[in-house]
Amino acid sequence: MTMMNVGRPTRPEDAIAGEGFRSLSGGRGLLQDEALLFELDGWDKCGVDLPAAELDASDLEGLTRDDLRLPGLSEPEAVRHYVRLSQKNHAIDLALYPLGSCTMKHNPRLNEKMARLPGFADLHPLQPVSTTQGALQLMDRLAHWLKTLTGMPAVALSPKAGAHGELCGLLSIKAAHEAAGQGDRRTVLVPTSAHGTNPATAAFVGYSVREIAQTADGRVDLADLAAKLGPDVAAIMVTNPNTCGLFERDIIEISRLTHEAGAYFYCDGANFNAIVGKVRPGDLGVDAMHINLHKTFSTPHGGGGPGAGPVVLSAALAPFAPAPWIVAGPNGLELREGDAGFGRLTAFHGQMGMFVRALAYMLSHGADGLRQVAEDAVLNANYVKARLSDVMSPAFPDGPCMHEALFDDAWLEGTGVTTLDFAKAMIDEGFHPMTMYFPLVVHGAMLIEPTETESKQELDRFCDALRALASAAKAGEVERFKGAPHLAPMRRLDETQAARKPKLVWREDPGSVAPTP
Amino acid sequence: MRYLPLTPADRAEMLGVIGAPDVDALFADVPAAARKTDLFDLPLHAGELEVERELSALAALNRPAGAGPFFCGAGAYRHHVPASVDHIIQRSEFLTSYTPYQPEIAQGTLQVLFEFQTQVAALTGLDVANASMYDGSTATAEAVMMAQRVTRREKAILSGGVHPHYAAVTQTIAHAEGMEIVRLPAAIDAEAAVIDAIDDETACVVVQTPNVFGVVTDVARIAEAAHARGALLIVVTTEAVSFGLLKSPGAMGADIAVAEGQSIGNALNYGGPYVGLFACREKFVRQMPGRLCGETVDAEGRRGYVLTLSTREQHIRREKATSNICTNSGLCALAFTIHLSLLGGQGLKQLAAVNHSRARELKAAVEAAGLEVLTPRFFNEIAVRTKGAAAELVERLLGDGIIAGVPFSRLDPKAGLDDVLLLAATETTTSADIAALKDALAR
Repeated sequence: MTMMNVGRPTRPEDAIAGEGFRSLSGGRGLLQDEALLFELDGWDKCGVDLPAAELDASDLEGLTRDDLRLPGLSEPEAVRHYVRLSQKNHAIDLALYPLGSCTMKHNPRLNEKMARLPGFADLHPLQPVSTTQGALQLMDRLAHWLKTLTGMPAVALSPKAGAHGELCGLLSIKAAHEAAGQGDRRTVLVPTSAHGTNPATAAFVGYSVREIAQTADGRVDLADLAAKLGPDVAAIMVTNPNTCGLFERDIIEISRLTHEAGAYFYCDGANFNAIVGKVRPGDLGVDAMHINLHKTFSTPHGGGGPGAGPVVLSAALAPFAPAPWIVAGPNGLELREGDAGFGRLTAFHGQMGMFVRALAYMLSHGADGLRQVAEDAVLNANYVKARLSDVMSPAFPDGPCMHEALFDDAWLEGTGVTTLDFAKAMIDEGFHPMTMYFPLVVHGAMLIEPTETESKQELDRFCDALRALASAAKAGEVERFKGAPHLAPMRRLDETQAARKPKLVWREDPGSVAPTP
Repeated sequence: MRYLPLTPADRAEMLGVIGAPDVDALFADVPAAARKTDLFDLPLHAGELEVERELSALAALNRPAGAGPFFCGAGAYRHHVPASVDHIIQRSEFLTSYTPYQPEIAQGTLQVLFEFQTQVAALTGLDVANASMYDGSTATAEAVMMAQRVTRREKAILSGGVHPHYAAVTQTIAHAEGMEIVRLPAAIDAEAAVIDAIDDETACVVVQTPNVFGVVTDVARIAEAAHARGALLIVVTTEAVSFGLLKSPGAMGADIAVAEGQSIGNALNYGGPYVGLFACREKFVRQMPGRLCGETVDAEGRRGYVLTLSTREQHIRREKATSNICTNSGLCALAFTIHLSLLGGQGLKQLAAVNHSRARELKAAVEAAGLEVLTPRFFNEIAVRTKGAAAELVERLLGDGIIAGVPFSRLDPKAGLDDVLLLAATETTTSADIAALKDALAR
């Protein structure tokens, strides 16, 4: 065993051989063990040179504090601290990141550059609208693209993320029902396979949730839907393509039945990437759909946000869209900020920084490129499905999938390896795991969404790695999986302990766990 | 099409492996009537140069805050952000990762969230904080609904000093959930007026300090009154830099503190993305909304971090979740944490002192120009009575190249406060800016 094999071995045999080796300092080669900010001895430091100002708080007597204790760092220390931490993250820029339903595609850097133009970034939301005409035009243009791509007449831009968009859609629906004297519709129908945000949002706005059954081929059960639709139903929430990665073949019939029952059709647009440029949700009878700009339109996921979730609306729901509205006035575009629609979902006008990035992406791809996006996303997913179907078990083997390939854990039966173990072993091979145990309707689900920004070579590398792992699982190499990940910055973390006695902030007490080694 | 790696040869080869004649065969499940075969009526793809040209032209139509004297606040503040902050948040590993579902390969994000939570708890003077919300306004609505879960009561009282957008968001969202929202009329020094409205049905009282008119209030008396009736006190702050100088919400008896964190680390961005801060007393932690990061150990006993208490959350509890929130505001929280790590407690205190001193200078200038300042105790923002409509004054001063602040009527047209102008000063405001304002006001 030479030193050179200790850092981050890449060959499986090194992985096992490297087990148990510890450096003298506790670090892992060039990957430094980084203490918390609060342990870096910065209690008397400051990394910003500020103007000298004598504090005269004579007018604030009794209102000031003297108890704020936070460490500071000089710039080199701060940069090093956060760069070291960054190295413990996996990222799309490092390798395929196949989290199903999350659409982890490449984030173009042009988007970042454009969002930082002072004409967008250094703009206050409440400065006079005559000084922000370019920003309003940008929002208007983004709205035009979203409306054209979805075939819908209106869009509310302000929702801050997908779940916030769901809230927007359901509040519009609720307002529309109330305006029509149908406020006693109290139920929202949601398929069992739905994202957790769907039932959570419906409950959040006071609806009761009923589940719709699924057919054996992974779609909404039309008979069950028809049986459950009635005068108490306000809306259905259906994801299309659905969370099994399949297009709802009966979508037009679903919307017809829904409308016939006097309910609205909310479509969860998380998977719009699969059909952008090919299918307009408006043609399917959708009344409202959120669009995650951080999925389909490439704005960065940022370690968990910020997202953006504009909602396109049908003509029936458009009057109920939340404030603000962009309207054309005699002196250019104006913001109608008063009592428009059902009210206000957020302060100001939404995620402008994300609007700039999304429009940069749309302009880059154009009508032709966006169509190619959907085609390549679907092609890549089907390629992965085709290359893995003989060694893993696809949940829905018949027919093509859309932008994601779903496998169950039937193929792991008897191996002693679970979906979780398999996912963790993928980390050792250099890939982020797929979405696990979702959707809930498939046992031990593994949902793989490669996206269109992966090359064939990267897909082959990924499929080769998964095939090798599948062989190892079937060959009884249980420890490779149970102990995984072996080569990540951390070994498997104890989530049960974290929840048992939650420690959510650092405190200056001796009870905290000492840093390694 | 620079973002698409597949070549026509790749595509043909892959279709062969799949066993499909063409890519349209993969869309076979889409009803024929819904398939759009022709291109959408939108421009075709464009190179970087063309896109840059088009968007730069739009940006050029705007007047950036930094282009001249500028006094807008009212929930968004122009501060200087160190260059290193924007550099670090653009590192691939932070920018292009997602919610840390796999903690073994997301310790960077997770440790930052743990540091963020600790910083937010210290700033607000409370025990625990979550990993961020969308922004201050949605955090306020979430806090009100959390109070409903904690107290099992349905009524929330909002002071007339709460930012009108925050009040409107709370009204929209909490009302939809079935709560009764009592919003007191907008008034300058209004926080204490909530005391008389508290009754035994009250789940929570929501006050803001500094409030939307800039007024700083010691809310300890309000906390006592709320607690005496079994209600919670929620304290809102829209200017996070004020935490460097003013008594913390926790020290004054708040049960939940929410704030807009944009001021630290984040640009104005025309209103978003921002970052909501959310902190509370430890005993309420299981009723909190949003992601939480907690400390644990790995299989070798090394300290590490994971997302925790997820049984509160939508992906586990579905319709019984504490909130529907999924994405938080990760990258903005990172920017906040890096900027605050550079400042430290000392730096934040000094930054707050500079802000307060600039605002004192602004107040003196406005008074010298003959206008009445309505805010008795302020941090970095004041409300001023204008002669005539504030919106007209702003329009007039725009002719002098000055953006003089936010007319209150822009936030709440029905409040009858058309002659109230809100002006803020920060460390980015120079004495020359203030002098220019004074001269223009005097004209």
